[in-house]
Amino acid sequence: MRRRESDIMWGLLMVSPAIIGLIILNIIPFLNSVSLSFMEHDGLSDPIFVGLDNYKRMLESKEVVRSVGSTLWYALLSVPGGAFFGLVFAVLLNDKIKGKGIFRTVFFSPMVVAPAAIAMIWKWIFNTDFGIINYILSIVGIDKIKWLTTPNMIIPSLAIVTIWSSMGYNLIILLAGLQGIPDHYYEAASIDGASPFRKFFSITVPLVSPMLFFVLVTSMMNAIKQFDLFYVMLGSTSPSASKAQTLLYLFYNYAFRMHEKGYASAIVILAFIILLLITAFQFWYEKKWVHYE
Amino acid sequence: MDTTNNKHNKLLDTIDFGKVIVYIVIIIGCISMLIPFIWMILTAFKGYGEAISIPPTIFPKEIKWSNFKEAWTSLPFTNLYYNTFMVILIRIITTLITSSLAGYAFARINFPFKKLLFSIVLIQMMLPPQIFIIPQYTMAGKLGILNSILGLVFPGIVSAFGVFLMVQHFKSIPIELEEAATLDGCSRFTIYHKIMLPLSKSSLVALSIFTALFAYKSLMWPLISSVQVEKMTLTAGIATLKGQYDTNFPVNMAASFIAMLPMLILYGIFQKHFIKGIAFTGTKG
Repeated sequence: MRRRESDIMWGLLMVSPAIIGLIILNIIPFLNSVSLSFMEHDGLSDPIFVGLDNYKRMLESKEVVRSVGSTLWYALLSVPGGAFFGLVFAVLLNDKIKGKGIFRTVFFSPMVVAPAAIAMIWKWIFNTDFGIINYILSIVGIDKIKWLTTPNMIIPSLAIVTIWSSMGYNLIILLAGLQGIPDHYYEAASIDGASPFRKFFSITVPLVSPMLFFVLVTSMMNAIKQFDLFYVMLGSTSPSASKAQTLLYLFYNYAFRMHEKGYASAIVILAFIILLLITAFQFWYEKKWVHYE
Repeated sequence: MDTTNNKHNKLLDTIDFGKVIVYIVIIIGCISMLIPFIWMILTAFKGYGEAISIPPTIFPKEIKWSNFKEAWTSLPFTNLYYNTFMVILIRIITTLITSSLAGYAFARINFPFKKLLFSIVLIQMMLPPQIFIIPQYTMAGKLGILNSILGLVFPGIVSAFGVFLMVQHFKSIPIELEEAATLDGCSRFTIYHKIMLPLSKSSLVALSIFTALFAYKSLMWPLISSVQVEKMTLTAGIATLKGQYDTNFPVNMAASFIAMLPMLILYGIFQKHFIKGIAFTGTKG
């Protein structure tokens, strides 16, 4: 590319709106959050520098440790689940299926609905006394499960909703990956007498693994950031909710309910570090199982 | 002699049972996707007593249109619709403009500090949005835009992801097109305006859909930016219901339905674009 004099001007000029916006809205706030995590700030008076107090308090806090556990447990349940069902249905839809478009539209529909509204619906479905799930369970003789009021059931309930709503998105991404696999691989395998299972594990999985990796990484990021479902389905109403809070719900509480913005900032930094570690691990592990042509 | 048997066997031969099972599983999957929505709608039409009856009825015995009336008045929906629409509109405009300008420059122009500035884009994409939220709130407060549409729009005026998407897109356009224009003496801006943009329709549509959905589904920011429900988005507005109408399930469902409707209708009309757009942004991103 020949460099013209006006290029410097145009280049900088054209990136400036976006870059200035990003600096003001993101980079500076990020640095602020980091510095805020070393302070005590109630939002009204000036922040007070407290050094590592917030971090000490956080690492010693049962509440935070429990919250990290809940969040990771939620991720462990919802991420593989959503990816698995997405893959299964992607494989099924990859065949010569009539009405593929309609099926895709249906599977994808939860993605265009706000998680808050989805949470409202499922809150009703999970209702202990009048919800439809407990009614169906009662028909087969299982006692009422207190989905959203038993501390141990809260995370699984959220995971079910997440798997339901993310399946469609994962499906679309994986389907795109599957359609890039040349048919003749399968044909050659058929000629060699490979069973459908063999074909799936030896051809499909390796060749769709880059997309699968993408799905797992992005799902994991979303899981660590979980707030919406928890806020609407549980929020401050149920007392057992405090035993299963996700990390970012904890952040919201401290930042905007209890006005401890310094402590909250430390919490969100913790969430970020966890996210970084998990993502780094995923990328490290990628070399071992993701197959690139 | 056994002609009927032969005909029967031939029919069985042509039915691929494997395929049938595939269809059945897919349809079961679709039904499980739809059941929550259907159940929401059915509940919304029932009276409270019927909704909580055990065993539950499937179809409402008596259609209670009053639920919708009550739901409509439970929240300032007109305001919520308007706010949501304006936020989406403003963000789409600002994001498309800033992202396509920056995207073209990063993709095709050489200028000092280019790598450094692009790393800003990458850094933002790696950070969870809540890490910005407290300072953004403080900033919005100082600017005096809290509890307003401008406040709602604020964090989403530009999009790092949008820039990244447009960079990938512009990089895929053959450079010969530009070189021809450069020989004709076109300025960079003219190239951007007259050549690049017209070729970017599908990426811009994808980015618009992505921006719209993200703005629509967002919860934490509208919740804290707006103090009054009248100034919230649909999503945040619905979330405030969890206190008052917690036990009036039919009205709750009716309200949720009213909140979902606009996006569902758009989705129904533009399905292909939605799916293509999200898959496209997903796979390129």
